[in-house]
Amino acid sequence: MSALLACTGLTCRFGGLVALDRIDVAVGEGEIVGLIGPNGSGKTTLFNVITGIYRADDGTVTFAAADITGARPQDVYRAGVARTFQRSRMCLPLTVFDNIMVGDHKRLDHGLVFNLLRRSAFTAELRRKWDEAAELVAVFSRPLAGRLGEPAARLAMIDRRRVEICRALISRPRLLLLDEPSAGMTHEETRELMDDILIVRDRMPGLTIVIIEHEMGVIERITSRCVVLNYGRKICEGAFAEVARDPQVQEAYLGAA
Amino acid sequence: MAARPTSPLPAIAGVALATLYAIAFLAAESQLEVGGLLALAAAAVTLGGRVGLTDRVRDSIAAHQPTFDGMAVLGVLATALVLHQQHFAILMMTTALLLMVAALGLTVQFGFAGVVNFAGAAFLGIGCYTAAVITHYTPLPSILTLPIGGLAAALVGSILILPVLRTRGHYAALVTIAFGILFKTFLEVNDTLGGPQGMQVRPIVLLGWNFNSPIRLGSFTVSFYFSYLLLALALLVVCFALVRRLERSWIGLSLDAVRLDEVASACFGLDIARWKVLAFTFGNFFAGCAGALYGHVLGFIAPNNFTFADSLVLVSIVLLGGIGNAWGVTVAAAFVVILPEKLQLIQEYRFALYAVLVILILLFRPAGLLPRPLRTYLPGWTPKSP
Repeated sequence: MSALLACTGLTCRFGGLVALDRIDVAVGEGEIVGLIGPNGSGKTTLFNVITGIYRADDGTVTFAAADITGARPQDVYRAGVARTFQRSRMCLPLTVFDNIMVGDHKRLDHGLVFNLLRRSAFTAELRRKWDEAAELVAVFSRPLAGRLGEPAARLAMIDRRRVEICRALISRPRLLLLDEPSAGMTHEETRELMDDILIVRDRMPGLTIVIIEHEMGVIERITSRCVVLNYGRKICEGAFAEVARDPQVQEAYLGAA
Repeated sequence: MAARPTSPLPAIAGVALATLYAIAFLAAESQLEVGGLLALAAAAVTLGGRVGLTDRVRDSIAAHQPTFDGMAVLGVLATALVLHQQHFAILMMTTALLLMVAALGLTVQFGFAGVVNFAGAAFLGIGCYTAAVITHYTPLPSILTLPIGGLAAALVGSILILPVLRTRGHYAALVTIAFGILFKTFLEVNDTLGGPQGMQVRPIVLLGWNFNSPIRLGSFTVSFYFSYLLLALALLVVCFALVRRLERSWIGLSLDAVRLDEVASACFGLDIARWKVLAFTFGNFFAGCAGALYGHVLGFIAPNNFTFADSLVLVSIVLLGGIGNAWGVTVAAAFVVILPEKLQLIQEYRFALYAVLVILILLFRPAGLLPRPLRTYLPGWTPKSP
C-alpha cells in the first residue's frame, strides 16, 4: 500500500528542545488514524510541521507521492490537506457562511474583474456556494444550516467546531487533520460530533483523517489505528486495544509503576 | 428574518431630513445658530433612538440600499444647488467629498485588510504634487492628473509596503509614520517641487471648459468651485461603489480573513502578502486620485498641507465613522471637515479635539459611531435555508 501521507525521520527543534524526534508515520488513503500522547508530546507540532506552519529541521513529509517538506501552508492546502485547530481559530465577527468560504479559497474566483465588475456572474457563483455550504453544514446539523447568515460569535462551542470542520471540508481535501475537536465540550457534545465525523466519512469515501484526541473513548470508537507520541518520539503504533495494553504507553500516561 | 417587507419611506425621509439639515448648517452664519443646530441634532438622534425611529430608518436603508445611495447623491446635489453662490460652502463640501474618498481608501487598508496607514496625508499629497507637476511641466490634458495621481500614489505605496509587510502591529504603524514625515521633509528640500513655498496647481481644463470659471446660465450663476464639486462627487460615487463591491466579494472576504487570523488564513491558501498589497495599493490609488483633484481645488499647495496631523485626521475619520464601514466614514468625513470650519470656537483646538474624540470613541465605542454591519453580499438578500 502506498501511503497518502508519509513522514520519515521528521525532526523539529525549538532551541534545545526536541519537539519531534525522528518521527516515522504513514497514513494510507481512507484510514482514520488517531494521534495520541500526553500533553506536550508533540502532536500539534507534528500537524504544524506537516501543514508548513513550522519548518522541519530534518526528515521529509510526502503527500500523494509529492514531497511537501518545507512547503508553505498555502501550498500544503492546495495539495489537498485541510485542518482544524486545537484552540478554535475562527473569524468570529464574520458570518458562518463567510467562515466556511475562507476554507474554499482555492476554488473561488478572486479576479478583480470578476469580483468588482461582473456582478451577475459573481451572484450566480455566490448562490451556488451558499447552497453547497448549506448542504455540507446540514450533514452535521440541520438547524445550523439555517444559521449561515449569523455571526460565528453567536454560535455555541459545538457548532463552532462543526463550522471549523466544514471550513476544512468544503474544498474537498484528501486529508483532514483534526486537532482535538472535543476540546472544551461535554461528553454528550463530543459523542454527537464524532457521530457527525463518521457520517461525513461515509459521505466522502476516500477521505483520510488524522485526529488528535485526549478522549480515549473517541479514539477507540472511530480510529482504525493509532500512533502514540511521548516527548517527541513515537513510542507505539497499532489498533487502540493493542496500544492501550502496551506498558510503555501506560507508563507515559500514568507514570512508572 | 422579518417576513414583512420594509418600506423605503424611512430611508428617503432620512436622506431628506439630512439634506435639509446640511443646508441649514452650511448656511448658518452666527455661532448661536450653529450651536443651536448642533444641539438640535443631538436631541433628534437621542430622541429618535429612544422611540425606535433610528432603527426603522436603519432597517429601511438596509433593505433599499440602491434607493438610499441614489437619494444621498441627490441630497448632496440639492444642497450644492441651494448654496450655489456661496464659494466657501461649496469649497467645504468639495473638501469633505475628497476626504471621504481618501478615508474610503484607508478603510480598505485598515478596516478590511488591517494594514495600518498613518501616512494618509502623504498619499493625498502625492496626488496633489502629481497634479502640480503635470500641469506645470507637461502638456498633458489636466483631467489626466486624477488617474496619474492615483497611479503615482499606488506606485510609491508599493515601495512602502515592503517594510510594512516585514513588520507587525506598532512597528508597521511606525514605518508609515516615518514615511509621512519623510515625505514632508522631502518636499521641503526639493526645489523642483517648490521647496517649503510649495507649488501652484493649474486649473482643470476639460474640452475647453476651465473649471475655475463660474458657471452662468442666463442670470443663474454658480460658484467657481461648483465644477470641482461635481467632479469630486463623481469620484466619490465611483470609489464608493468599488469599495462596496470589493467588500461584498470573495476579495473582501479574503481581506477580512487576513486581518482576523493570519495563521488560519495561510492554512487555507490565502497569500497574506498578496492581499495586503492589494488593499494597500487600492487604498492609495484612491487617496492619490482624491489628492490630485484636491490640488486643483486648492490651486496652491505646500508641504505644510500634508503633515502628520493631517494623516491623523484621516485616521480619526476612519475610527470615528466605524472601522470598515463605508457609510460610516463618509458621514464622519463630513463631520470632521465641516464642524471645525463652522464652529470657530473649536477651530484653534481642532487637533486637540480630534485626539480627545478618538480616545473617547476607542474607550466607549471601539467599533465607531456606526459599527460595520455583517457582510451581506447582495443588498436585501435573505437566501433560503434548506
